[in-house]
Amino acid sequence: MSETTPTDAGRDLTRMTAVQMADAMAAGETTSEELVQAHLDRIERLNPALNAFLLVDADGALATAREVDAARAAGEDLPRLAGVPVAVKDIACTQGLTTTAGSRMLEHFVPPYDATIVTRLREARMPILGKTNMDEFAMGSSTEHSAFGPTRNPWDLERIPGGSGGGSSAAVAGFLAPLAIGSDTGGSIRQPAAVTGTVGVKPTYGGVSRYGVIALASSLDQIGPCARTVADAALLHEVLGGHDPMDSTSIDAPVPPVVESVAGASAEDGSLAGLKVGVVKEIGGEGFQPGVQQRFDEALEELRALGAEIVEVSCPHFTHAMAAYYLILPSEASSNLARYDAMRYGRRTTPEDSPSAEQVMAASRDDAFGDEVKRRIILGTYALSSGYYDAYYGQAQKVRTLIARDLEAAFGQADVLVSPTAPTTAFRIGDKLDDPMAMYLNDIATIPANLAGIPGMSIPSGLAPEDGLPVGIQLLAPAMEDQRLYAVGAALEARLARAQGGPVVDRLPEVPTTAPEVPGARHTPGTAGTHTEEVRA
Amino acid sequence: MNAATRATAGTAPTVPYEELLTRYEPVVGLEVHVELSTATKMFCGCATGFGAEPNTQTCPVCLGMPGALPVVNATAVESAVRIGLALNCRIAEWCRFARKNYFYPDMPKNFQTSQYDEPIAFDGWVDVEVPANEAGGEAFTFRVEIERAHMEEDTGKSTHVGGTTGRIHGADYSVVDYNRAGIPLIEIVTRPITGAGERAPEVARAYVSTLRDLMRALDVSDVRMEQGSMRCDANVSLMPTGSTTLGMRTETKNVNSLRSVERAVRYEMTRHAAVLDAGQAILQETRHWHEDTGITTSGRPKSDADDYRYFPEPDLVPVAPSREDVERLRATLPENPAERRRRLQDAWGFTDLEMRDVVNAGAVEVIEETVAAGASPAAARKWWTGVLARRANTDGVAVTELGVTPAHVAELDGLVTSGRLNDSMARQVLDGVVAGEGAPAQVADARGLELVQDDGALQAAVDKVVAANPDVAEKIRGGKVQAVGALIGQVMKQMRGQADAAKARELILTTLGVEG
Ligand SMILES: [Zn+2]
Repeated sequence: MSETTPTDAGRDLTRMTAVQMADAMAAGETTSEELVQAHLDRIERLNPALNAFLLVDADGALATAREVDAARAAGEDLPRLAGVPVAVKDIACTQGLTTTAGSRMLEHFVPPYDATIVTRLREARMPILGKTNMDEFAMGSSTEHSAFGPTRNPWDLERIPGGSGGGSSAAVAGFLAPLAIGSDTGGSIRQPAAVTGTVGVKPTYGGVSRYGVIALASSLDQIGPCARTVADAALLHEVLGGHDPMDSTSIDAPVPPVVESVAGASAEDGSLAGLKVGVVKEIGGEGFQPGVQQRFDEALEELRALGAEIVEVSCPHFTHAMAAYYLILPSEASSNLARYDAMRYGRRTTPEDSPSAEQVMAASRDDAFGDEVKRRIILGTYALSSGYYDAYYGQAQKVRTLIARDLEAAFGQADVLVSPTAPTTAFRIGDKLDDPMAMYLNDIATIPANLAGIPGMSIPSGLAPEDGLPVGIQLLAPAMEDQRLYAVGAALEARLARAQGGPVVDRLPEVPTTAPEVPGARHTPGTAGTHTEEVRA
Repeated sequence: MNAATRATAGTAPTVPYEELLTRYEPVVGLEVHVELSTATKMFCGCATGFGAEPNTQTCPVCLGMPGALPVVNATAVESAVRIGLALNCRIAEWCRFARKNYFYPDMPKNFQTSQYDEPIAFDGWVDVEVPANEAGGEAFTFRVEIERAHMEEDTGKSTHVGGTTGRIHGADYSVVDYNRAGIPLIEIVTRPITGAGERAPEVARAYVSTLRDLMRALDVSDVRMEQGSMRCDANVSLMPTGSTTLGMRTETKNVNSLRSVERAVRYEMTRHAAVLDAGQAILQETRHWHEDTGITTSGRPKSDADDYRYFPEPDLVPVAPSREDVERLRATLPENPAERRRRLQDAWGFTDLEMRDVVNAGAVEVIEETVAAGASPAAARKWWTGVLARRANTDGVAVTELGVTPAHVAELDGLVTSGRLNDSMARQVLDGVVAGEGAPAQVADARGLELVQDDGALQAAVDKVVAANPDVAEKIRGGKVQAVGALIGQVMKQMRGQADAAKARELILTTLGVEG
């Protein structure tokens, strides 16, 4: 296979945005097969170093691409993103394609059905390149908790790409895919987007179906797009969104007009006149890297230039968000993950001496779950225990209500809220692996949106001066007002690109094809004296 | 099993029933699970039919596959509301499902989606009619208070293969059928039933019987206890007479017939009394009822360590039946079965015993329809609780599932009263209807069943029989009309059964010059 994939026009197809790809196919300048092949080539060259993909479905992606090309040649009316390749986080069930959720438990699990969002990608006729790496069951902020090794950040292979959706963001940032699916429980789309210089959106809770997406914390999980531009994210958001009768928590309303909002955005002075942008007093300052804060302040200046009024708002209960989140999430997760008992599917470990079903379940879970998963199951089991429920889960739910009220009040003063997405740029692999609290603090800015169910977006705000790594700015809007994020995000994106001499993603250095050894990368060991096998449904 | 449970296993000592009542007051609580007969499961679209090949009525949702999510069955909610209303309950304006977390292989998600502290129906009551008993106790009505009726999903069904007990301990391996997993259940829980004294076991039975009738009338469940579509757990405790402090209770499971409910409660009372008399404490545990031996054995000890870590089910939205919907459903409630029975019994002129047979045969509705179709109540009762009920019992189906309709029975009755068929021919015709040969007249035609209508042939037979039995004929002429039976039998024999016995009687008496 060739080193790069130049077209007749001499372009690298993988450097195009999804919009450009769709336009180029419509204009007959390229085909879906060429696009998919270009990405497969780049995946083959760079994935060994990045470990962004856990599975590459070259045959499936090419088959879809050829069907789209044939349909286009036949003059068929095709969806906007038909033929544009996409990567799917390995948390969404794909019929016939192994879906692991980053866990040894599901290492060989082949789902018998498609998640609703996967069905929608197929209906949109988007070739699925493969499944991307993630922290085990989406528990983590670095992808280091994947049972299949960490994903590397394309900006620096010794650094993390964020988590839990590090595979998707690394794939998009590294031009291995123009678009990817993520899931965001406490920041798993937005924080990886921030540290890889890409765009990530967590829609309003219920805006995108969760059916078939392996649950971490049901009341917090939300599926959303990962892209390199706000416009691309909007197109994918429209494909994914909308009511699904299979998900009771899905909102029975049309998808917010996100694509339309992007189309109306402009980088000109005064284009955001009349817009009130709230800066949340409680997010930022201490604990935030100076370069992160600096790029954030500059972004505020650009917003002012666009005509927005910047106001300070206070959300006093945000200080308790982390504590509430780390009670609600483990509680729901402890129950959601109970089904992984190696009885009907998954990796089974059978202790010696004719064990009972209960002993097989315990041994299998002990063997197949990683430390972070066990840590959170134990936390959640404890928090839900009789006698502790009111003090922990009950109190956390009260905090959740207070945070939602804080946000309601804030949105009375501002149309959107902004903050840095993550306190720091990408940290080094292994740095925070032994300090869960430090790892958890990565999500301090993103968690409130999940607790309140509101939509959030992270777009690149530049590179931090001290380390040259990407920084993200987070936008938040009231529930069901996702289009506000896109309107403001697209304007700010254009304005920042103008100010910085081009988009952040274009400044990605050449990605090495081999990764350096890093300390702290782990794998789940087997347990001696046991026998393991795969349970097939 | 630990040492404490083993001590109470097997044949435990008991105290004679009458004796224990002098010192203790029984308290009974009943938890009845009713499987709803909705077409689909509680949280997915899988079929619910009984008896399908194992694991053929399953999907990602009811198998607990990764990523699958539940959606509440609206019909099940309606059934739950109707059950609640029929039990005089208040209906929640807003309630949620919860997760009951525990690990067991027959539960695919390792939590059961169930209502916990927010049941859809609560604070109700039902009046049960306790019949007179053999010991001379009179019939009476007893009000049972309902604490709650809530929705939940059933588990799969484990079968333990090998070993001796059929229980999980000692089995070589176990297989699980998930067809039952996710079938909608309504659990109906009573408040502690006190004050029934020696009649407590009968009240328990009458209560379950009343629930069964109610579910049938509501048409929400098959309520077949033998198939497990209605299951009863009986909580029993004893209080020393005069005390108001509830004693430690045991929960007896697997009580799957009305008779067993009464027997199990009675047995537990006698066992508790023996334990308490010996100065020992009742162990809080679940116990298994054994229909064959009539005793309970120790099951799983219950303790405060049983912690199901309930929390609101985050994958479902709250159930909030509007008051308009509740009133609309209230308007669909059938007449109270007890009142309806009394009304019909009066109209039909049945004795208490006859009416009980009708109810036990599940034939109230079909008899009502048969009468409406033109049959006499007596004939309708005779066919439905007689030959058809026996046939249904043999086949293990409901009397309504034989393929015989009320219209068929009415038609058959018409053929008998018009003199076309006699009783034994009618039975043959009914066999044909059950066999699917068509409606009664069709079957009679096809099988050539018809009474001889030719009075000449019958008169000839009568003359012959009268001539052959001068002694009997003389007795009848002398006023012993009941002796005519012997002659009717002989006439029928002559006619090879193809005659109307009543007509034969009439002719014999006329021939002998006697007024019938
Ligand atoms: Zn199902």
